[in-house]
Amino acid sequence: MKVIVNIQLKNGVLDPQGKAVHHALASLKFNEVNEVRIGKQIILDIDESDKAKAQERVTIMCDELLANTVIEDYTIEFPAC
Amino acid sequence: MLVAVAVFPGTNCEIDTKYAFEKLGQEVVLVFHKEEKLPEGTDLVVLPGGFSYGDYLRSAAIAKFSPIMKAVIEFANNGGKVLGICNGFQMLVEARLLPGAMKRNENVHFISQFHHLKVINNDNTFLNKCSIGELLNIPIAHGEGSYYIDDAGLKELYANKQVLLTYCDEKGNLKNPNGSVDSIAGICNKEKNVFGLMPHPERAIEKILGSDDGVKMLEGFIN
Repeated sequence: MKVIVNIQLKNGVLDPQGKAVHHALASLKFNEVNEVRIGKQIILDIDESDKAKAQERVTIMCDELLANTVIEDYTIEFPAC
Repeated sequence: MLVAVAVFPGTNCEIDTKYAFEKLGQEVVLVFHKEEKLPEGTDLVVLPGGFSYGDYLRSAAIAKFSPIMKAVIEFANNGGKVLGICNGFQMLVEARLLPGAMKRNENVHFISQFHHLKVINNDNTFLNKCSIGELLNIPIAHGEGSYYIDDAGLKELYANKQVLLTYCDEKGNLKNPNGSVDSIAGICNKEKNVFGLMPHPERAIEKILGSDDGVKMLEGFIN
């Protein structure tokens, strides 16, 4: 089963990379951009057919390693495939 | 004093750290990350600078699960003294031995330069040879050194005198190179046996190389 983990800095935590990219977009005249936040995506392929169980296991993976919950939030997705 | 310096794949400051403590007359052992025990009689563990595990995922995110880190965490929880420098500081926050977290530098650049620091608290082992308000000139070299902690955590740091050092200019005025909360460069835990800082005191132990201000910092651990 494929599982996608999206990780981004929490709201209120300044994202310096996003800010730099925002400036770059503005310099290219993409003035409609209000904010840029950069995150990372981790794609897992796991041996599990039960979605609920997978959700539970991946949540533990996120809390223990994949995300630093002091500064980052994460979402877990199950892509249709 | 026996100093154990942990070495992870990608660590690159272990020899400097060893050299610095040996210059101060101490016995130093390098301990590989696969070891499960610290050497018998270890008085101080140093987690040195570098790029453990290539800084993959996040700085120090993977190092905290090394076999040796289990021993280091146990050592710290039993009151043993631990000093984390740069990547070592990142390991200590990732392992939750110190509060807060480390983010990319605000300007998104790797910064490598001498930087002045101000001593904020000295009633601890690490900075007991320095005076409050004293300025120290110590190299910094990091890309992810922007210290973050929430407001409640910050209040607690101040209340318990856990803020050790802040970044400043040569006159002691505020100068924040990386966007750290309150310009914080180094902290300790509540129990004052775990210390972390982004600057490199082990690179400032000889005047001919720019500064020897690191000596009185490292000497704090020596009775």
